[in-house]
Amino acid sequence: MIKKGTYIEVEEIVLYPNERASHLPEDTKAVPLKVWRRGFCQNDCKVGEEAEIITVTGRSAKGIVTLEKPKYTHDFGEYVEEIENIGKQARDILGVI
Amino acid sequence: MNKYEELMARKNEIMKKSIGIDYSKYEKGKLSFDYEEMMKDTGYTLSDVIRIQSDTGVGDTPLLELRNITKLARKVSKNGKAARIFIKDESANPSGSFKDRRATLSVYDAKTKGYKGVASATSGNYGAAVASQAAMRGLHCIIVQEAYDSRKIGQPEILEKGRKCEAFGAEVLRLTVGPELFYTYLKVLEDTGYYNASLYSTYGVSGVESLGYEIAINCRERFGKNPDAVVVTHAGGGNVTGTGRGLIKAGASDTKLIGASVNLKGLHMASDNDFNKKSFTTGHTGFGIPFMTNPDRSDVPRSAARPLRYLDRYVTVTQGEVFYTTELLAQIEGLERGPAGNTSLAAAFAISQEMEDDQIVVVQETEYTGAGKHILPQLTFAKKNGIDVTLGDPKDEIPGKNIVIPDHPSKIYIENHDLNDYRKSYVKNAAMKISGNEILKTDLDFLSEETKQNKEQISRILQELNIVVR
Repeated sequence: MIKKGTYIEVEEIVLYPNERASHLPEDTKAVPLKVWRRGFCQNDCKVGEEAEIITVTGRSAKGIVTLEKPKYTHDFGEYVEEIENIGKQARDILGVI
Repeated sequence: MNKYEELMARKNEIMKKSIGIDYSKYEKGKLSFDYEEMMKDTGYTLSDVIRIQSDTGVGDTPLLELRNITKLARKVSKNGKAARIFIKDESANPSGSFKDRRATLSVYDAKTKGYKGVASATSGNYGAAVASQAAMRGLHCIIVQEAYDSRKIGQPEILEKGRKCEAFGAEVLRLTVGPELFYTYLKVLEDTGYYNASLYSTYGVSGVESLGYEIAINCRERFGKNPDAVVVTHAGGGNVTGTGRGLIKAGASDTKLIGASVNLKGLHMASDNDFNKKSFTTGHTGFGIPFMTNPDRSDVPRSAARPLRYLDRYVTVTQGEVFYTTELLAQIEGLERGPAGNTSLAAAFAISQEMEDDQIVVVQETEYTGAGKHILPQLTFAKKNGIDVTLGDPKDEIPGKNIVIPDHPSKIYIENHDLNDYRKSYVKNAAMKISGNEILKTDLDFLSEETKQNKEQISRILQELNIVVR
């Protein structure tokens, strides 16, 4: 159970495939246009169920709960071997250390 | 009419309310409009712009000489010569990119006109810039982002930009792929009555004039001359247009303005499948070419970004070359900056090698770097999405299939694109909007200004299209 007032993310379908613009590539036309919004839930709720939120600008929105206290997950990635020699090679060419 | 078409039909009315400009008054002839009149109508002169930007810590960024990169260019150039390469460190702006310049005037104007909030449709640094300016001026801010594919997978760079907007107190709407983002955006404008801080409004573009102006003044003060060339990363055209206008206002009409984009040929920008196969979310040909040949395709009826009016040359580089240059900038210059902004640096490295040692080429921007907006997460993401990352010759790079990191600095090339081809496409696109096959003399003048070509050249293209001038 997510307590009322918790910061959550909700998902809403903006346009179903049959409502989408006509000039789209086939792969895009086959899927709905979705939006994810974040804000504070107005009632106790659960992931997968509908909830109403108030966003940071004070707007109300409804949707299916996807995340409780959404966190940022992007990072600095993995070690990438393909770039490991760029600096050394350039310094060798320049004749510094 | 479905609900999409219904809202789109009210487009002009919503936009008029959200930006306070009646674009219809600039229209003339059969396909023309008075561009300079529209630009003048902001009511803000260049010195007003500089003052308003300075009030919020925007602009007056350092112009740094890249001594080691210049030396390296001379080591690998065919004749041992290369121009001195300088970079305008725009990451020093409050939200970390030159986009602060584009946001300042809009947010200031919104505040002055009494709007409660500002909104913008962007997945780029511009969102953070609008959010930062809105925080400074005490306005609400909503940013509408194209963020994910249908599996809810988003590029690390876009995720970071969303985070940054929220860090400045903005509400962010994260959408899946598709041009109907504009539909959602119009709905936001209609529901909230907020100001449309469009990248393509006169405010959004005239804010960049200070950048071109500063570059010319910086060079004249330090070297007693204008830069020989300024290289600008080109996407929607605002960066090129604003910088070009600023250079001209500073009296640097002799400086060559070179646009550079990342080559993403073959990838469809509205494709759900292709969305995560590109490593660059902006500064690429997917925006660069359509916005050059048909500028009025944005969220305002008449875009203030008209790149063909100002460009002297247009080149492309590969994703691998930009990643390489980004690593080089960190490793031998001690400047860790985001990759997308380094598109123009990759191009300048090659262009400098066509020039003399005493000439000056200025790379006109940098952007902040951090989690997500960095070559490591971007290359990691590319690999996870089936892109083959290899070392070798970037000429072998095929967008959406592989990324080839140059195995030697001598393998950074530029591909030159003939501007005349784009000028021709521009005229064709403009002609498609008229009914019948007649245009007026005003239109001929307009097309000539729009494409930086003389009337004889335009007349030849019109003849091919069977269009008559009355």
